[in-house]
Amino acid sequence: MFEIALGHYLTLAAIIFTIGVVGIFLNRKNIIVILMSIELILLAVNINLVSFSIYLNDLSGQIFTLFILTVAAAEAAIGLAIIVVYFRNSGTIRVEEIDKLKG
Amino acid sequence: MIAHSIFFYIFSIIAILSAIMVTVSKNTVHSVFFLILDFISISCLFIMIGAEFVGMIMLIVYVGAVAVLFLFVVMMLNVSLQKNEWFGAERGSSHIPVGIIVSIIIFFELIIVIGGWKFKPNLNPDSLNLNFISEKTNTHSIGEVLYTDYIHLFQLSGMILLVAMIGAIVLTFRKRSGIKKQSYFKQISRERSEGVELIDVEKNKGVKIDV
Repeated sequence: MFEIALGHYLTLAAIIFTIGVVGIFLNRKNIIVILMSIELILLAVNINLVSFSIYLNDLSGQIFTLFILTVAAAEAAIGLAIIVVYFRNSGTIRVEEIDKLKG
Repeated sequence: MIAHSIFFYIFSIIAILSAIMVTVSKNTVHSVFFLILDFISISCLFIMIGAEFVGMIMLIVYVGAVAVLFLFVVMMLNVSLQKNEWFGAERGSSHIPVGIIVSIIIFFELIIVIGGWKFKPNLNPDSLNLNFISEKTNTHSIGEVLYTDYIHLFQLSGMILLVAMIGAIVLTFRKRSGIKKQSYFKQISRERSEGVELIDVEKNKGVKIDV
């Protein structure tokens, strides 16, 4: 119980990953919250990588965490730019009303 | 060890609760603030288990850049008009229970994978303690690896950031009509032949000036 092992960190990452997936599925508000859920998922992946890196005494996990961080920042910038352009054109970013593709 | 586990539970409980609040809260600004709280507590966990550099970089990048970007976009888009209706189902959407079921299945799959995890037998269990056994700091050893073995990936991530920057600028740039603005390209590319015109002036007639 009091010994924090690798499994604790992996469980925490699993919980946060699942919360992120739930946030994507259940969102009815706006796309910004979906982007935040994607950030949560990437955060869970980072937790996995860092905990494996620490427990296996291998630095590659932390290096790849840095790369995931880079990609997450780029993705957030591009996604928010797309959202701004969409809001400027259509006036709404509600998830339900974005149905131009009729998917 | 006790203190470590106590702090682990505190930070992880804060992280999980704030992650739930990110998805649940009705106000988008509150979601951004809970996202910041989540990042801070997770980076505290990283610092606690000995990955100081990644934890600090996460604070700088996520809290300092990404979350502020989210806040700016929320401020610009006036999303307070977009009310949140949880399970409102005015259109009779059926994707919510399906989403919950899929998420629960994903969670239990992850838990099953973790529960069945075994280390390979020749792994030294003494190396599983919480600190690297080395005299170098974490940042030092990351720098030694990052700039030698992973230098191409490092440069490539720089290219990704460049492309993201150019893409964001190109996407959100628009020409406004009706405002006066200096155009450097027009100024520089102006030539003598189109700027100056020589006219022979006839006597007693003057010059008709129009552009």
